[in-house]
Amino acid sequence: MKYVEEYRDADLTRKLLEDLRRAATRSWTLMEVCGGQTHSIIKSGLDQMLPPEINLIHGPGCPVCVTPLELVDKAIALASRPDVIFTSYGDMLRVPGSDRDLFAVKAAGGDVRIVYSPLDALKIAKKNPDKTVVFFAIGFETTAPANAMAVVQAKTQGLKNFAVLVSHVTVPAAIIALMDSPDVSVDGFLAAGHVCTVMGYWEYEPLAEKYKIPIVVTGFEPVDILHGILDCVRELEAGRFGVGNAYARSVSRDGNKPAQAVIRKVFEMTDRGWRGIGVIPMSGYRLREEFAAYDAEKRFPEIQTIRTHESPLCISGLVLQGRKKPLECPAFGKECTPQTPLGATMVSSEGACAAYYRYGRYERKNNAPEQTVSTENQ
Amino acid sequence: MLMTEKLNLLGWTCPRPLQNYPTIVMGHGAGGKMMSDLIEHLFAPAFDNEWLGQMGDSTVLEQAAASGQLLAFTTDSFVVSPLFFPGGNIGELAVYGTVNDLAMRGAKPLALSAGFILEEGLPMDVLGNAVTAMAAACRKAGVKVATGDTKVVQRGHGDGLYINTSGIGVIPEGLDIGPANARPGDAILVSGTMGDHGIAIMSVREGLTFQTEIRSDTAPLNGLVEAMISAGSVHCLRDATRGGLAAVLNELAGTSKAGIEFDEQKVPLRPEVNAACEMLGLDPLYVANEGKLVAIVAADRAEAILEAMHRHEYGRDAAIIGTVVSEHPGLVTAKTSIGGMRVVDLPAGELLPRIC
Repeated sequence: MKYVEEYRDADLTRKLLEDLRRAATRSWTLMEVCGGQTHSIIKSGLDQMLPPEINLIHGPGCPVCVTPLELVDKAIALASRPDVIFTSYGDMLRVPGSDRDLFAVKAAGGDVRIVYSPLDALKIAKKNPDKTVVFFAIGFETTAPANAMAVVQAKTQGLKNFAVLVSHVTVPAAIIALMDSPDVSVDGFLAAGHVCTVMGYWEYEPLAEKYKIPIVVTGFEPVDILHGILDCVRELEAGRFGVGNAYARSVSRDGNKPAQAVIRKVFEMTDRGWRGIGVIPMSGYRLREEFAAYDAEKRFPEIQTIRTHESPLCISGLVLQGRKKPLECPAFGKECTPQTPLGATMVSSEGACAAYYRYGRYERKNNAPEQTVSTENQ
Repeated sequence: MLMTEKLNLLGWTCPRPLQNYPTIVMGHGAGGKMMSDLIEHLFAPAFDNEWLGQMGDSTVLEQAAASGQLLAFTTDSFVVSPLFFPGGNIGELAVYGTVNDLAMRGAKPLALSAGFILEEGLPMDVLGNAVTAMAAACRKAGVKVATGDTKVVQRGHGDGLYINTSGIGVIPEGLDIGPANARPGDAILVSGTMGDHGIAIMSVREGLTFQTEIRSDTAPLNGLVEAMISAGSVHCLRDATRGGLAAVLNELAGTSKAGIEFDEQKVPLRPEVNAACEMLGLDPLYVANEGKLVAIVAADRAEAILEAMHRHEYGRDAAIIGTVVSEHPGLVTAKTSIGGMRVVDLPAGELLPRIC
């Protein structure tokens, strides 16, 4: 398959690993921002093949994982209403709220539907004029243009029964928060390739300058990730900082201008809570005033007063900041599994805990006899 | 079997009773004249055999198992939606699914039962098409429907049509194929490309269209299994239905208390299924199949069995993908495309396409 298989090639991987071994003269800690990158690394086994000098920590780039608990509880409240059809990307359905998840609401009779695109939610709204269709508009900058477009189309078509529950988050503010935190120690970043496809990478230049770190825009296949790591390490070894692009087949410095224009038209910056981390200033989008009619929180004001309750055992926040690895969580694999998740990082297809569990980087101590999966470098 | 083929009601013995009812109504399940008309003019002519012809509360199968032979018995219910999809339909699934479950223990299928749950309002020609397809599938698989049942439920209480089939088969003397028989050193084979059925269903259900139509791989596997058994020592067989290849390998590893290691690159995949999975963020190892099996066989017979599979209609793309090992019993691991290693766990629940 074009543009995919070449980037999973075993020979190329071996060569890049060799280059990396020669380039790294000391330990470096790099953070891959995007959950998709985390999964690709663990699924391909790349984490076990890297030279020991390279320490990869997993960042908060999983939109499902960082959606605040209040928003999940609000979604559940809306989905439970008989006059609402609640539409969402599939992943969000298993995220635990304070006491249950959207799947449970569906099982209890709520009209909860998985859609692949917000434009599908618009179609559902047109077909069901007697109900309000709410779309769970979560994601990083990657999904913002499509979500913005859905709102624009709703307005243009005069659709009265469509609303969005917005919880967008943006990457640059997260990098600032992480770098300003005394508990986080990162030498360089692998920036999220798909976010940058939309936004370009010019926003990262002042950050690289301010913190004197390399930030390399990186793709998702194992070869892409190795390229990103290699570029980052070469910069660090040479004492240089700045922004590099190791995903040039998809990303340009300016990014996708029409996409950015539609984001600006519909959304404005706002402070956003990141689940497990806290409120990061100017780290998300909310609907502009002129689109207030499409804001689910304004249309259903009773959901403003929701009380939340997070599991005391869950350390997702620390995992998302790269301060702990999933294996260091006492509940990992015991109280917390993909079937019985305590937090979003165990549920999401991009969550670090789910990646570690699913691809087996742990000692199993359940019904099956104890076995250890070897983590020695090959 | 095309959904658009109209039922030829005039070709029937006495068309009038059914012609008056373009859809199923509650009366068709009430046990009276309407139901016996339905059986006489729709089910019986389609399945047409002397066992069903007994029309008793039970059917007596004159053939008892000869001494040394064992009977295999299985049941399965079919609730697929939509009823007709590219490459198959509920009728074929209802026959092949049960025939295959028998074949997975090395049993020759002997007889099936067929229970129908019809929703009030189901169009008669849809039922007729499904039953006609079922009858054709029986002939292809070499099995007969010996007994049946019909129920009608109120509108809104069923998804159009549900079918349950149970099956009896006969295992030749001395044959022992079962999920606990995998031994370290055994070879692991798959009979063809993975993920076709699940993606075909998903593409119809979700209205996703790809440039190449992806078709289900619904097929009877009893003939293929016979060819494989003739070629050598088959230890385990499983059809890779819900949960896909990953589920089957985990079940076999667990039941046999052995480890499994395979090579991701060796698993046959159609490029269009691979592409669809990439786009949706699905792992083809977890996507459902229908007419595909996983076999664990003695290592020294693996090549011979593979050749026998390649000669068969339903084994053309068969491949050896891995080995049973004594390490990590119950755990399945795979070599990845870049030469790394991953664990292939049981699927968590429903497959959910990813966000971004």
